[in-house]
Amino acid sequence: MAANVSPLPTPDAYADLRRHRAGDARKPSLDEDPGAMLDFEQRLIRVLDDDGRAVGPWAPDLPADALVAGFRHMLTVRAFDRRMLAAQRQGKTSFYIQCTGEEAVACAFQAALRDGDMSFPTYRQQGLLIASGYPLVLMAAQVYSNAIDPVRGRQMPIMYSSRDHGFFSVSGNLATQYVQAVGWAMAAGMRGDSRIAAGWIGDGATAESDFHSALVFASTFQPPVILCIVNNQWAISTKEQVARGKAPSLAARAHAYGIPALRADGNDYLAVHAVTSWAAERARAGLGPTLVEWLTYRVCAHSTSDDPSAYRSDADLAAWPLGDPIERLQQHLAVREILDDEGFRQLSDEVDAEVLAAQREAESHGTLHDGERLSPELMFEDVFAEPPPHLRAQRREAGFS
Amino acid sequence: VTAMSMVEAIRDAHALAMEADDRVVAFGEDVGRFGGVFRCTKGLQERFGEHRCFDTPINESGIVGVALGMAAYGLRPCVEIQFADYMYPAYDQIVSEVARLRYRSAGDFSAPLTIRMPTGGGIFGGETHSQSPEALFTHVSGLKTVIPSNPYDAKGLLLSAIADDDPVIFLEPKRLYNGPFDGDPDAPRVSWADHPLGDVPVEPYEISFGSARTVREGDAVTVLAYGTMVHVAIAAAESTGVDAEVIDLRSLVPFDLEAIVTSVEKTGRCVVVHEATRTSGFGAELVALVQEHAFYSLETPIQRVTGYDTPYPHAFEWEYFPGPARVGAALRRAVGDGDG
Repeated sequence: MAANVSPLPTPDAYADLRRHRAGDARKPSLDEDPGAMLDFEQRLIRVLDDDGRAVGPWAPDLPADALVAGFRHMLTVRAFDRRMLAAQRQGKTSFYIQCTGEEAVACAFQAALRDGDMSFPTYRQQGLLIASGYPLVLMAAQVYSNAIDPVRGRQMPIMYSSRDHGFFSVSGNLATQYVQAVGWAMAAGMRGDSRIAAGWIGDGATAESDFHSALVFASTFQPPVILCIVNNQWAISTKEQVARGKAPSLAARAHAYGIPALRADGNDYLAVHAVTSWAAERARAGLGPTLVEWLTYRVCAHSTSDDPSAYRSDADLAAWPLGDPIERLQQHLAVREILDDEGFRQLSDEVDAEVLAAQREAESHGTLHDGERLSPELMFEDVFAEPPPHLRAQRREAGFS
Repeated sequence: VTAMSMVEAIRDAHALAMEADDRVVAFGEDVGRFGGVFRCTKGLQERFGEHRCFDTPINESGIVGVALGMAAYGLRPCVEIQFADYMYPAYDQIVSEVARLRYRSAGDFSAPLTIRMPTGGGIFGGETHSQSPEALFTHVSGLKTVIPSNPYDAKGLLLSAIADDDPVIFLEPKRLYNGPFDGDPDAPRVSWADHPLGDVPVEPYEISFGSARTVREGDAVTVLAYGTMVHVAIAAAESTGVDAEVIDLRSLVPFDLEAIVTSVEKTGRCVVVHEATRTSGFGAELVALVQEHAFYSLETPIQRVTGYDTPYPHAFEWEYFPGPARVGAALRRAVGDGDG
C-alpha cells in the first residue's frame, strides 16, 4: 500500500469548502444534459452569505412563516437530540445517535417534499420525521422501546419507521436502503404516480456495493428519485477520503452513470431547500434521478458508543466547516427582520418545553429498563403476517399461550 | 388439464398471477425480451408489456433491493435470480432487509415478494451452477422457503408464493425443469408429458405451504425429501425393494411436522435426503425434528444421504450427486439389511 489511507486531517482540510462563495453557482435548467453539468462536481451551491443574506440564482422565494417553521424544526431536532442523549446517559435507553450540525439537511429536504413522497433514510435523518410533523412522543417512545413504541421494541433507538410520514423503516445495515429507494421510485414511475422517492446514504457507505447498485438501476430505469449523499466528513473514525479515494468529490461518482449531480452546502437551510426543490421538480417532470452531495459536518460523536477524541483533533472540531446551520438561518431571519432576539428566545423556550413535555409523556409509558413495557410475547409477532406452527410452538415454549 | 413441463407450469403461474393482479411484476437478468435462460418467463413481456416484465442489469443485490422498494410501494414483485449460485450478492438484502422488514417496522412495511432461483445440479454446471443453498434461507427468520418437485406443485406453490403477504424463496430444481429425473444420468431423458404430475389444470389454484405430499406409501421406512431427490428416493425404493414411504416436503419453512411425525411413527425408521452439502444442511433440522417428536418410535438410527461437504465438482458430478445407489444403501441400513 502506497500510503496511509487515513491520514490525520490537516488544519486547512476544509479550505476547499470555504473557498466557495454564496451565490456563485449557476442554476441549470431542469433538462440540462448531465454531461454539461460536470462543473458542479467542483462547485458548491450556497445561498446564505457570511452576512446572512440570501444571494444568487438558487435563493428560494420562501415566505416568512415557512422559514420560521423550518427554523423551529431545526431547533426541535437539536433539543430532542440533547434530551435523548441525556436520557441515554441516565440509563433510560441503550444507545442514541445525534445529528448535531446536520439539522438543515433533513429539515429543509423534508420541507421541500410533498405528502406521499417516501424517504429511505439512514440513522441520522431524524430531521425528516420532525419536519414532517411526526409526534415527538412516538419518537421518544421508540428510543425508549417502551409500551407505546410504534415498532414494538424490535429496533435499537433511532430506527424509526413511519409510512404515513414518508419515512421508510431505518435499517442498521448500511447502503441497503439506497437501492430500495430506487425500486420504490421505479414502482411510482411504472404506475404513473407523481410521488417521488429519496435515498439517503453517508459518505462512508458510498463505498458499499449497494451504492453502485442503486446508481446502475437509477441510470438504466430513470425513476423519479433523489439520491442524497450526506457528506459529514467522518465515517466513525475515518475521513471521507477513505471512501472517496482520488475522485474529485463523491458527487463526481454520478457522472459515470449519466446522472446529474449537484453539491450543496448542507448547513445552509435555503440551499438545501432550493436544491431539493430543483431535484424534486426534475423527478416529477419525468426527467429522472438526481444525485446530491450535501456537505456538512458531524459535530458530535458517531453515536453514544463512540469517543471521537481518540481520532479527531480539537482543531478539526473547531473548524466546523460551513458552520452551524441553526445560527446561519437565525442570522438570516434577523437580517430580514422576521425574528429578533426576543422572538428567538421565545421560540427556543417553546421548543424546549414541547420537547420536554413529549419526553415526559413518553416516559410515563416506560423507559428501556423501568416502568411500563410491552409483553415479550410480542417478540413472536410480525415475523410473518401469520405465525407458522413452529413459531407458535416456540411461543408456547417461552411460556405464552 | 393439460400436459406442462415445470418450465411451462411456472410460466403459466406467472401469467395467471399477472393477469389477476396488476401489482404483480416479473424481472431479472434476461427475464424480459428473452424470457429467462430457462425460459420460465417467455412471452410475459410481449403479453403484459415492458412495465410488467423486464430485463435488469446483472446485479442481484439491485434486483432484490429494487424489488423490496417496489413491494414497500405496494407492488408484488416476482423476481428471478438466474442461478441460486448467483444469489450471494443479494444475500444482505434478503437476510437483513426482505426477511425482517415486517418485524422491524412492526408491520408498518412488509415485503410481499417472491424470489425465484434455479437450484441443484445434474446439468454439468460445476460449482457455480449447481448449488442447493436452501439451508441458507431456512436458517433466516422471516423467510418462507419452497421447493417443488413437479409441474403441478410448481404452479400451485408459485401462485401461493406470489399471493403470500410475506417473502418467499422459491427454489426450482433445474434438473426437473423439462422432465422428471430419477438420478440415473445414463437413462434416456423422459418428459413431464408422461408423468401424472405433468398434468396441470389450466385454471389457477394454490397449494398451501406446510403441506407435505406422500408420493409413495410404504411401511418399512420414511424418506423425507424435496425437489429432485423425491424422484431419486422413489427410484431407490423401487430398485431396492425396500417398502419406503416417500414424503415430498414441498415447503421447508413452514414445514409439515405432522406429516413427518405420522409417517415415522408408522414406519419406525427414517432416511433424510438432500442434494445440498451435509453439515448444517436442512437434513440436520429434519433429523432433530424426528428425534424430538418421534424418538420412541425409532427402531434404527436416522440415516442421512446428502451431497458431500465439497464444492460441486464438474467432472465428478455423478459421483458427487446422492443418486439412487446411495439412497438405496441408506434404505437398506435403515431397515437393518447388513448389505447397506
